[in-house]
This record gives sequence, structure tokens and C-alpha cells, in this order.
Amino acid sequence: MHELSITQSILSIALEKADAAKANRISQINLVIGELSGIVDDCVEFYFEFLSKDTIAAQASLSFHHPPTRLRCRNCATVFSPDNLDWACPNCHEPKIEIISGRECYIESIEVD
Amino acid sequence: MEIKVLQDILSANDAIARKNQSQLDKHGILTINVMSSPGAGKTSLILQTISQLKEKARIAVIEGDVASTIDADKVSKQGVTAVQINTAGGCHLDANMTENALNNLPLEDIDLLLIENVGNLICPAGFALGEHKRVILLSLPEGDDKPYKYPTMFSGADVVLINKIDLLPLLEFDIASFTNAVSGLNPNVKIFQVSCKTGQGLEGWFSWLQEQTKEMKSRHGS
Repeated sequence: MHELSITQSILSIALEKADAAKANRISQINLVIGELSGIVDDCVEFYFEFLSKDTIAAQASLSFHHPPTRLRCRNCATVFSPDNLDWACPNCHEPKIEIISGRECYIESIEVD
Repeated sequence: MEIKVLQDILSANDAIARKNQSQLDKHGILTINVMSSPGAGKTSLILQTISQLKEKARIAVIEGDVASTIDADKVSKQGVTAVQINTAGGCHLDANMTENALNNLPLEDIDLLLIENVGNLICPAGFALGEHKRVILLSLPEGDDKPYKYPTMFSGADVVLINKIDLLPLLEFDIASFTNAVSGLNPNVKIFQVSCKTGQGLEGWFSWLQEQTKEMKSRHGS
């Protein structure tokens, strides 16, 4: 359900940037949405089609890049990907970890004419 | 032509949240965002907190819910000011809804504002409201495997309350494994084991809250 407000924000940021560049049309929006951010592409696409009607982003395609979850051990600094429900460090087995990637949620760029 | 944007999608929400926080700071109101799954005990925690602290601090509550005023009614009966936000199916509160609620509260007369978010361990984590502290309740029947299922939520918490601790003899909940996972993700978190039904363990939570309220007052001197 939160994809609706997320999509509204995506559209309004994209329109603002396109307007500032005096663009006539937005052809693509490049999004970076980390694996942990809990945002479903299909939902965003669905809302986008509906919300962007009657705007210069109407036919824009959405490109999603999903950085995977990466963790760093705060004990021995090993960087690793978590194994499903085991997030302990594979090197020293400590659960003291820091999420270094996977929570991204931003617009990288837009392509305009 | 490609235009670099590099803007956080939630930046508009974050901007309103910062505005809310500076308004709350100005009035010296400690604001707590209470989050959990549905049924973990947010309303019970708020009711317990009101009954224990209402003589010591002026408390107000913002009740977020998908529908109904059941929770706000319970809180109002305790004699504190409550504002209900119905999200009409929406899964979280956002900064804009909070701003509207703040406009309906007597900010001059509040020391402690408790915000009960919509029951959900996913989206509320992403939407700042303007709060000073984030509190998560996790109740024993939900299981001890939740920190790695909802890492964003647990890594952003200031306090985690393990609620319904009175049920421990009946359930297979590994307290040590849960607390290790939470502290592993979030080394500065405070963890309390409580029962909002029996009152067990709540003293620690009350004194933490009083300390924070006092600190807020002294920082903003009123």
C-alpha cells in the first residue's frame, strides 16, 4: 500500500527536475531501490501508469536497479551477504553487523527529450 | 538527454518531518513513535504509560489506525488529549498526517507526545514523522526470528520492548537469541522485557521515558 505514496513522490520529483530542465517529455526514470526497502516494482508500475496520465511523464518507462543486501561485521570488518535468516558474520560468527547496502531508495536520473 | 537526480524518494516526507520536529522542539515536547505488528500491545503500552505518568507529565496521544476510533476512545477515557488519524487503509503514518494532527493539539500544554503508528513492521520504518525516539514492541507470540525479517525496523529503534513476557513459560521464544540479534543490528538500543497486562518490567521503561522527558525540557528550557 505504501507504493502509492512512494510513486507520488517519484513522479513529483521527476516532473520538478524535468520542468527545471525545460524538457518536453520524460522517457525514462532510473530508480535505485535496495532489496531491503520493501518496495514492489509491479505496484509502483501500476500506480505510475495511473498517476502519470496527463503529465509529460505519461509514457515514461521505469527502470529499477536493486542493490542487494550487504553487511559488514563490526567485530572483524568482513563484508558479506546475509544467508536468509542467519546474519552472523561468516568469519568470526559474531552477530554484530552493520547494514551497508540494501536500503537505498532514490531516483538516480531521468531521461528527457 | 539524461539528467542526474540523486534525490531520495522520501525527501518530501523527510522535509515535513524536520519541520514537525522543530515545532516539537520549540515547545519542548518529547515525541515518541510507537511501532509494532498489529496486536503486539501498542495501545496497552500507551494506556499503562498514561496511568503511571499522567501526574508527572502532561501527555497527549496521536492514534494512527486504518479505521475506527476505538483506540483514541480508550485513551481519551484516561483524561489525556488524543487525536485520531484514520489512514483509510494506508499502512503507515507519514509526516504530513502528523503535521495535521499537531495542528489540532494544544502544543503549549504538552510535555510528552506518544504517537501510535499503524500496526506494521515494514513501511512505518521508512516514514519519519518528526519524532525524537522510535520505540518498537515485539510480543512473544510473534516469534524470536523477527529482527532479520524486519532489519530496517529493528536497526532504527531507540528502544525495543519485548511484550507479553508473562507468556514465556507457554511459548518457545529464545530471549537471548532475539536480544543478540537486535543488539547486533543496533548496538545502542535499549531492550526491556515487559508485560503491559500485568505491569511486569515496566519500571525500566517508565524511568527511561521520564529521563528523556526531563532532558528534553532542560534542553529547550520551559
